[in-house]
Amino acid sequence: MVTDQSSEPMISARGLTKSFGDFEAVKGIDVEVRRGEAFGFLGPNGAGKSSTMRMIAATSPVSGGELRILGLDPATDGPAIRGRLGVCPQDDTLDTELDVFDNLFIYGRYFGLPREEVRARADELLEFVQLTDKAHAKVDDLSGGMKRRLTIARSLVNRPDLLLLDEPTTGLDPQARHVLWDRLFRLKQAGVTLVLTTHYMDEAEQLCDRLVVMDKGRIVAEGSPLDLIREHSTREVAELRFGIAREGETHEALAAQVANLGDRVEVLPDRLLVYSEDGDAVVAAVQARGLRPVATLVRRSTLEDVFLRLTGRTLVD
Amino acid sequence: MSAATTASTATPGTLTRGEALRRQVDYWATVYRRTWRGSVVSSFATPLFYVLAMGVLLGGFIDGDPDVLEGATSYFRFVVPGLIAAHAMQTAVGETTYPVMGMVKWQRIYDSMLATPLQCRDLVGAHLLFVLFRLATTCAVYDLVLAPFGVYGSWWGPFAAFGAQLLVGMAFAVWVYGVSARLRSEEGFGVLFRLGVFPLFLFSGAFFPIANLGEVGAWVARCTPLWHGVNLSRMFALDQVTWWLAGVNVAVLAVLLLAGWRWAVTGLERRLVS
Repeated sequence: MVTDQSSEPMISARGLTKSFGDFEAVKGIDVEVRRGEAFGFLGPNGAGKSSTMRMIAATSPVSGGELRILGLDPATDGPAIRGRLGVCPQDDTLDTELDVFDNLFIYGRYFGLPREEVRARADELLEFVQLTDKAHAKVDDLSGGMKRRLTIARSLVNRPDLLLLDEPTTGLDPQARHVLWDRLFRLKQAGVTLVLTTHYMDEAEQLCDRLVVMDKGRIVAEGSPLDLIREHSTREVAELRFGIAREGETHEALAAQVANLGDRVEVLPDRLLVYSEDGDAVVAAVQARGLRPVATLVRRSTLEDVFLRLTGRTLVD
Repeated sequence: MSAATTASTATPGTLTRGEALRRQVDYWATVYRRTWRGSVVSSFATPLFYVLAMGVLLGGFIDGDPDVLEGATSYFRFVVPGLIAAHAMQTAVGETTYPVMGMVKWQRIYDSMLATPLQCRDLVGAHLLFVLFRLATTCAVYDLVLAPFGVYGSWWGPFAAFGAQLLVGMAFAVWVYGVSARLRSEEGFGVLFRLGVFPLFLFSGAFFPIANLGEVGAWVARCTPLWHGVNLSRMFALDQVTWWLAGVNVAVLAVLLLAGWRWAVTGLERRLVS
């Protein structure tokens, strides 16, 4: 039973659904996000992540179930909720006609902040996202990474209790991603609750304390990245590369020969993945059975293995 | 860690209409600072060319018969009040077509605004107040500049005509806003301009008495919203007011304005809050 405010969930969803006509994008999910937590929604395209995020952002009405954000009902307290949220949307939605500083200034004014206050905050935030020297540059002249950092700065202008990040690093180069992750870590350390969606499993492993994997509008797994790997995969994976199978053939016959070497064997067009607690032992046993892979690789299981196992490898557009 | 990035209780509150509009003043002031130079030609120069060409040069060939020209003693006096009302319509349409679609679809500024405590009705309200400001500046300049040229029949004529021009402009603004909020592609604007704005501009009594359209044509013209604005503007300007007719004109435009407000707000809600 939740009693004090500090342990009250920031987000609480019970049987949450979202429908667009006959299409049900979110099919009754239960989610609870606690204060100070970094929480992730993972899932392929069309899994219902963005629809869920829009309901949490109090910009899309709930179709069914119960949703409470910061203890408030978005159906009746939308403006009050949004006043305490920071939203970093998938598309930056920056005003390209304004300069960098004015993007923060104008946005801060929507929250009713006095002009002097919002100017001071804009200066601080530009420093935080390392854009002080670009304060009077046009948005169009910024790189993708800079725009993303500006969008994050904009989402912080009202000092939100809860920051929503929809695919925060999609389309960024590795350097820009790492700068952004560093800023998000700092926010987390400062006690800001983060909720993010991402396609990048390494990002989820880096940033999220806890996450859910969504598929076709439902939650198919929930836990910390480590718990999910333990629960849905093995400690290690032995990758046995045999080259692309000839037309009309697959590596199924080879898979049958190594099936008993691990918990599970996955057949890909060019290789077999053998999921096992000891990858080196698998490789040794493969050699002992006279099989000669072109190359072998033993690695730790990752969240990506879990993700692909739970949501499949079929391409979703 | 800077203070701006630490968690704290953020701005609370459900907003009153006035507060929501005040919060958007800086945005629209910035928009105006950015665009006013470009609007000078369309707002002031183009209609001035019309006044010169139609009122002065063409009007020189037309007899100033008050019986034919709805009480005006010259074609110049006849055409100017109608022309300003028609220009109010064009300004309103210009401000509620591409700018609205840009904020909905291209730049998606509305999306960013809706992530704050603002709601659709607040966004529509502020945008339309900006349109009202644009109409007021444009029409006021015309009414004032043309006053010394004997267009008006009374001292209060320009003020009442100004009100009529704002009313007809806003009646168009709300409806076109609602259309723009619903349109998926800007190609629809071509149809709106060619089949809506342009025929109204030509055939709603701004340039010639609608009696010239024949009985049926005149009644069709009387059913257009622009005619109500043109007629009102002209009656006030010439000080030839038929009060019951002025009441009808105002009532029609006021109903259009109120119904159009709902149409505009629901259009934006359906588009962005689904």
